[in-house]
Amino acid sequence: MIVRIMGEGQVKLADSHFAELNKLDDELLTEMESGDAAGFRRTLHALLDKVRELGDPLPDDALEPSQLILPAPDATLDEVREMLSDDGLIPG
Amino acid sequence: MSGVMKRMGMIFRAKANKALDRAEDPRETLDYSYQKQLELLQKVRRGVADVATSRKRLELQLAQLNKQSSTLEDQGRKALALGREDLAREALSRRAALQQQVTDLETQHQTLQGEEEKLTLAAQRLQAKVDAFRTKKETIKATYTAAQAQTRIGEAFSGISEEMGDVGMAIQRAEDKTAQLQARAGAIDELLASGALDDSSGLAKDDIQSELDRLSGGTDVELELQRMKAELAGGSGGGQQAIEGGQGRPQAQQQPQDTPRLDKQ
Repeated sequence: MIVRIMGEGQVKLADSHFAELNKLDDELLTEMESGDAAGFRRTLHALLDKVRELGDPLPDDALEPSQLILPAPDATLDEVREMLSDDGLIPG
Repeated sequence: MSGVMKRMGMIFRAKANKALDRAEDPRETLDYSYQKQLELLQKVRRGVADVATSRKRLELQLAQLNKQSSTLEDQGRKALALGREDLAREALSRRAALQQQVTDLETQHQTLQGEEEKLTLAAQRLQAKVDAFRTKKETIKATYTAAQAQTRIGEAFSGISEEMGDVGMAIQRAEDKTAQLQARAGAIDELLASGALDDSSGLAKDDIQSELDRLSGGTDVELELQRMKAELAGGSGGGQQAIEGGQGRPQAQQQPQDTPRLDKQ
């Protein structure tokens, strides 16, 4: 599966890694919903590190649609929350 | 539970598709492309017409030069007959100059003819390509429209579209209502049949009353028949006329009536 880290690019990940990543991802969502900014930052970095560690980076000029998308490492809790609101990532 | 990366991916894709959908309708792109091809074809045809016009002009010039050439030849012959060799020489030298022009024009004419043939062939080929494209374009457009409709139907069935979801609810409510009414009607029939419920409409009749009605109805018919027979037996031509006048009616009644069909849902 192809995962995009916003602002960094795409990596290709084997499906076998997803159980592990999903745990962190769900944790991240819980922290976002509860407004735990410190926990959110910690988990986001852990998740991004894991993706970078397990995945193979795709060349910048590769035109592959991403199945999963992750916020940039410096994204704040509010920014991510806004991205997931109705207006979404692309306005309109 | 859906995590952040799944949700972001979904939203991203949905928005990207929406943006793409808005930006480009393949049917419009195809129509635009076809329009451009038609314009190109028009240009090629205009080119063929221009070359053909030039060829015609050359042919006229050639005819003119050939006519002048034969006039000069005649003049030379006459001058020689009159012993004016100098005049004859002049005429023949002019004719020679004209002949050179004729040769040049003939070469040009041949070149133009070749060009014209090539262009005509190209126009024909292009026309065939444009025709083929038009057919393909219409097929693609139809497929696209069908796919769009199919998507909408799919959305309606799966309840993705809110609007269609509402329709689905309305249908469900109507179905529930119908089933409820059917059950109620069934129950009333049963209660009426068992005698637990009185029929207040007066439509239900017992079998004795039905038989009496049938018999009295029959008597009325017999009486009516008798009366008509008596009228005919003692009647004049007016009665005959009345029968003939009414001949069209039974025939008209035999024609099948166009009654609307009610399709059951």
